Amino acid sequence: MRQSIIQWFKFGSPQSFYPLAGRMIPWFWAAAIAFGIAGLWISFFVAPTDAQQGEGYRIIFVHVPASWMSMFLYLIMAFWAGLGLALNTRVSGMMAQAIAPTGALMALLSLWTGALWGKPMWGAWWVWDARLTSELILFFLYLGFMALQAAIDDPRRADKAGAILALVGVVNIPIIYFSVKWWNTLHQGSTINMNKAPSMAHTMLWGMLLMALCFWMYSIAVALTRVRAIILERERHTEWVKHAVA
Amino acid sequence: MNSFLATVRRDLLLAMRRKSEVLTAVFFFVIVTSLFPLGIGPEPALLRKIAPGILWVAALLATLLGLPRLFAADHVDGTLEQMALSPSPLGLLVAGKILAHWLLCGLPLVLLAPVLGVQFDLDASALGILMLALLLGTPLLSLIGAIGAALTLGVRGGGVLLALLVLPLYIPALIFGAGAVEAHIAGLGAGGHLSLLAAMLALAVFFAPWATTAALRVALE
Amino acid sequence: MQWHSIDEFFAMGGYAFYVWGSFGACALLMFAEPFLAKRRLSEVRQSLIRERLADELELQQKNS
Repeated sequence: MRQSIIQWFKFGSPQSFYPLAGRMIPWFWAAAIAFGIAGLWISFFVAPTDAQQGEGYRIIFVHVPASWMSMFLYLIMAFWAGLGLALNTRVSGMMAQAIAPTGALMALLSLWTGALWGKPMWGAWWVWDARLTSELILFFLYLGFMALQAAIDDPRRADKAGAILALVGVVNIPIIYFSVKWWNTLHQGSTINMNKAPSMAHTMLWGMLLMALCFWMYSIAVALTRVRAIILERERHTEWVKHAVA
Repeated sequence: MNSFLATVRRDLLLAMRRKSEVLTAVFFFVIVTSLFPLGIGPEPALLRKIAPGILWVAALLATLLGLPRLFAADHVDGTLEQMALSPSPLGLLVAGKILAHWLLCGLPLVLLAPVLGVQFDLDASALGILMLALLLGTPLLSLIGAIGAALTLGVRGGGVLLALLVLPLYIPALIFGAGAVEAHIAGLGAGGHLSLLAAMLALAVFFAPWATTAALRVALE
Repeated sequence: MQWHSIDEFFAMGGYAFYVWGSFGACALLMFAEPFLAKRRLSEVRQSLIRERLADELELQQKNS
């Protein structure tokens, strides 16, 4: 037991995490591509045309995974941030910093595909739907986190300040979501519903699941690549970096 | 408890010596809310509809104006470090500073709101609800804002960054604060909104000084 | 399989702009992001290698 804890702490040091990340990245890319091909196959060739929404509904095969990922990634970012704050491990803060841009990208993709889905379905590019609005706020939270980290020069302080912000954000996200939902139901009685759950076929669910797995693997691969760059940038004056990059 | 009250008194005294800073936020609130009817038109029905939202957004921005100064002066002259080293817990002193900020930047807005609400043709009961909502909501804004102020302390482009960090977190207060008045005008009763505001305030009173203290310690390292 | 021809596939039942706009944006950004991340990594590496070479040169000059 103790041995395994020590093992984990070992990977908490940039020195051992850097090569480990390098070894893992190709596997995550391979998985991302495999899941992506399978997911795209289902979303374009297996899933039948929707009775109400025609072919336009196929947007959900990227929209839903992007939305899921944008939320998961914020949680994971906050988890790493909290871990860094609690255990003072250096890699945690770097991980949080590496995840943020990918999370922001996912939020942006979710908004973009949501707009393209909304135009033919609702007749408007933007509707103040509870989910779209929460997604927009989540995007702002990512931007705030990235802006704060970019504005602080000392990386240790940037990590800790970012960690506090991420944790405050995590406490606030459910409150924000709930309040936006409340506001939404109060202001528009019309029942706009993003996913018509009962009509969702099994194949559609599989397509979404595979695409979500593809997005997961993609996010991990990119975050690991970015964390490697961050490790080298921050530790450039140490001995081990000079040996690692030969 | 004494150190808490002493901090509040000290910050109020300091602010009284530089009245212009406090008055800026208040004037900002008055001017911004007065601009809207000029931009939109004097139709009473329309004004009544948009009044809660406009007064609340103006209040958010007005409290935001005072936030960068919350810790900046004390950080520059080293008072903040003394506070961190003092025997009384930093969280208590921070809570005192937040309370002082609310007394200076939040309370005047609550007291002015009915006057400005009259411009928007709100009736007496709606004005009462508006005041009550602001009374519960503005301390919440000061508490959340203090976290942002501590995080951006001494950071490049702090003011704009502070707005970017804090405004998304203000959204629930805005929704329930403005919603309370709207619900009252619509005849639905504002009780639910107000109690949710109060619940959020209770949560923030508990957590925000703590998070602010943690952020300050990071900034002081 | 519900497509009878390649044209039909690209037309997406009249939703071509929306469907391909969504998938295209995802593809574009999900190619661009790893590319940028990799470039960042290789830039740090390059500068580290240059630094190392500079150090070695300095050492050689000192020794000779």
